[in-house]
Amino acid sequence: MSLTARDLGLFAGMAAVLGMVAMFQSPQLAVTILNMSLISAIMALGVNMQWGYAGLFNVGIMGFTAVGGLAVVLVAQPPVPEAWAAGGLGILLGLMLGVASILAAVIVYKRMQPGKLRGAAIFGVLVLGYFLTSYVFGPAKEAVQAVNPASEGYLGGAGLPVILAWPVGAVFAAGVAWLVGKVSLGLRSDYLAIATLGISEIVIAALKHERWLARGVNNVTGIERPVTRPIDLQPLPWIQSLAETLGWSVSQTATVVSGLGYSALFLTVLAVLIWLAERALNSPWGRMMRAIRDNEVSARAMGKDVTKRHLNIFILGSAVCGLAGAMMVSMDGQLTPGSYEPLRFTFLIWVMVIVGGSGNNWGSVLGAFVIWFLWVQVEPAGRWFMELVTSGMADGSGLKQHLLDSAAYMRLLTMGVALLLMLRFAPKGLIPER
Amino acid sequence: MMTEPFLIGDAMTGGYGGADILHDCTIAVEKGQIAVIVGPNGAGKSTAMKAVFGMLKLRKGAVRLNGEDISMLTPQARVSKGMGFVPQTNNIFPSMTVEENLEMGAFIRRDEYRETIEQIYTLFPILRDKRRQAAGELSGGQRQQVAVGRALMTKPSVLMLDEPTAGVSPIVMDELFDRIIEIARTGISILMVEQNARQALEIADKGYVLVQGANRFTDTGQALLADPEVRKSFLGG
Amino acid sequence: MEPLNALVSLSNFMLIPAFAYGSQLALGALGITLIYSILRFAHFAHGDTMALGTAAVIGGTWFLQARGVGIAPLPTALLALPFGLLVMIAYLLAADRLVYRYYRRVKAKPMIFVMASLGVMFVTNGITRLFMGVGETRFEDGERFIFTVRQFRDVTGLDEGMALRSAQALTITTALIVMVALFWFLNRTRAGKSMRAYSDNEDLALLSGINPERVVVITWVITAILLVLAGTLFGLDKGFRPFNYFQLLLPMFAAAILGGLGSPIGAIVGAYVVAFAEMGITYAWRRVFAYLMPEGMEPDSMMQLLPVDYKFAVTFAILVIVLLFRPTGIFKGKVL
Repeated sequence: MSLTARDLGLFAGMAAVLGMVAMFQSPQLAVTILNMSLISAIMALGVNMQWGYAGLFNVGIMGFTAVGGLAVVLVAQPPVPEAWAAGGLGILLGLMLGVASILAAVIVYKRMQPGKLRGAAIFGVLVLGYFLTSYVFGPAKEAVQAVNPASEGYLGGAGLPVILAWPVGAVFAAGVAWLVGKVSLGLRSDYLAIATLGISEIVIAALKHERWLARGVNNVTGIERPVTRPIDLQPLPWIQSLAETLGWSVSQTATVVSGLGYSALFLTVLAVLIWLAERALNSPWGRMMRAIRDNEVSARAMGKDVTKRHLNIFILGSAVCGLAGAMMVSMDGQLTPGSYEPLRFTFLIWVMVIVGGSGNNWGSVLGAFVIWFLWVQVEPAGRWFMELVTSGMADGSGLKQHLLDSAAYMRLLTMGVALLLMLRFAPKGLIPER
Repeated sequence: MMTEPFLIGDAMTGGYGGADILHDCTIAVEKGQIAVIVGPNGAGKSTAMKAVFGMLKLRKGAVRLNGEDISMLTPQARVSKGMGFVPQTNNIFPSMTVEENLEMGAFIRRDEYRETIEQIYTLFPILRDKRRQAAGELSGGQRQQVAVGRALMTKPSVLMLDEPTAGVSPIVMDELFDRIIEIARTGISILMVEQNARQALEIADKGYVLVQGANRFTDTGQALLADPEVRKSFLGG
Repeated sequence: MEPLNALVSLSNFMLIPAFAYGSQLALGALGITLIYSILRFAHFAHGDTMALGTAAVIGGTWFLQARGVGIAPLPTALLALPFGLLVMIAYLLAADRLVYRYYRRVKAKPMIFVMASLGVMFVTNGITRLFMGVGETRFEDGERFIFTVRQFRDVTGLDEGMALRSAQALTITTALIVMVALFWFLNRTRAGKSMRAYSDNEDLALLSGINPERVVVITWVITAILLVLAGTLFGLDKGFRPFNYFQLLLPMFAAAILGGLGSPIGAIVGAYVVAFAEMGITYAWRRVFAYLMPEGMEPDSMMQLLPVDYKFAVTFAILVIVLLFRPTGIFKGKVL
């Protein structure tokens, strides 16, 4: 784990900034920023594996995090027995039929001679499969969604401890990554970008639309949390005495303590991941990955199966993103498909990786902290800036109001400028690759 | 003392940034004559030609065209000065038609170039028949004709060809050489690099045998063909 | 059995909207394919620049409307197009100067260009929202219909009605004119041919005296024209919402790849395939079949293959099929 004094200084600086937030703004805000930074750091770590180690451009981070989030619902929520009774079997059977018809099409493709006949056969299999699937699936889905729709209307989860959802989220994301990677790796490098962009939109569309799965746009709330909720902490005597010592209100203390509980969990995960990632990067495998990245042609000429190596790392990186997505949902205690936005969940992570220093794991972590901090703080700064700009204008003027309302969009602009400036003048990032 | 040749790369030394590839190498061609550069693989033949065309930085030596020092000019500027260059590969615009390829050859010309196109169609009649076809769909020999035609569109006084017969059949090669002789007869100097040393020297007024980036033998084509040492080492007996 | 009514219903709800949508996609995909063949990178800022160009046109429209200037029955936006064009040309050329030119000079890898276009996307996105917010803006004025459902019924006497909205008619005609003009430019003019030459063989183009920076400038200008037109027509047709423009990125890329990256004709064909596939698969066919089936055998389900929310899945499926079976696209674009 090679960190120079300069790198440590940068991290210390970041810690000091967070300390100042705690002092001058509020400790709750500092903890919130810390936790989201840690989650972002894990996402950035996953992206850095793909981009920094292998030069793969993943524009579907949002999709992988959302799939990870779905895992939390499926693992931790209690099952809904009425829904299972109403259509659980039908849904399972329908899904199996869907998968079976795709497999059948693949078998036809592999077994038959190329030609018009094969095309027709595949088409026939798929059409038949589609109608069979929807015949079984459609009514079952309606039945499930009709069960107590105001609060349930879905199958629920497995009712297992929420912490299990984290690895499951990683596995889910890995599965999606396998599909995308199988199709688009080994072709032009920007095809992967476009394919990942597509899959992430589809994942979100499915999450919003498939209400039987995770209630769609109705959201799943009140998911079991891995850390005691602040409201349950408040009555504890040690919280109350701690609040007295610090001079804070009890509710504030409870919020901070609960938040720090998450921080501890996240930090542990991050530490393990960094340790693994650093080991991997400096192993023969990591050196080979970087050799492939720097000169794909000669690596291929030396007999390396570049496409397969790329698939490995793509799956690995996406799994890490899925893990982070699961962690985020379990921290929020809710899955809200409507809140997944590509600018926030895909492109912002990219800014973190580039600013931090692509190819360097520590860089990604630092980038995540810096950029998330800016993301949170630029909005009030933008509002302040807009107030300054508009202070000379007459109250109630349309333009003034418009500018004040638009302050929120300043941060997109700022992030874009930050990305462009880094890319141009410090392409190696805050902590360069070694 | 003879007057200086029309185009001369005089005592050129240089390479692509790293170690020198050319060592005090001199290549020249007289007005309306054919000069051929031959030599074993890796002798720096193409490099010598690229040096004359300005695609490589010279540490020592100079390139003079018609007495004027053009060593500091870019390849594009040399085209304007009357040099035409046909690269060995990627020497056509594959998705454009034959005629469009020729038009692109005349891109820097501001005058009417219709007549030049006609001259090229007369020289390579097959191109007239195929003028509406995409150049990338033509056969290897026809592509080379398009490439040469494109370079001739600027009405150059010197035409430089980097292995024009690479990858074409012997019959096509003979025909290409015939055309090249024809071009030379119109007063255009030809400087070319060739793998097929024997055939090339047969049509050459002047031959340069390069070894490791330096001149080894320099004489008329016929004299080189007759030289037993050249025959033994470079022409396979 | 009433095939005529079936056809009218199909045209009204599926064919005409898909044709209009396909035309909008085609203009966008042409821009993507041009940038790809000249500047050699996937332009991720495409959707958001389109939004910004449209925002400029909307600004111009408001300005004109406030002064009572209009060209009814045509939408005022058409009058504001030149302003939007100027803004967009200036914006794209500035982006090239400030961002992309440097990477061309240092011969950066294509992925770096893509990354830079991501940065431009962010900035453009921010600027657009700064002006327009995130909500929907409608700016279509003038006559809304060429003919309405009622008029169509009165004239034809059919049960099923069909309407042709001005925005749709305008989209289709403009797109056709622009495509013809673009092909004329690329195939008949010196500048257009120099662009094709540069795309074909960069080194030989340099050797032939073609100035690459000039080619790049022309490319951005044409892209700006295509973007502003595509964006404005899309906005007139469906209303302006910045996020919808971002989401056009996927179908536009799918269209360009399906047709063969770098092939203009491919981009157009690809765009219509994507549009008709998206609409066809998410369209509820019940009405059409009700007219086609014998009495008493009308379908009772919606006969919709996929819900509309999954239109991206359709695009994506097309993309996957192309990548799996013919990565060069229909018209053999460049593959690396």
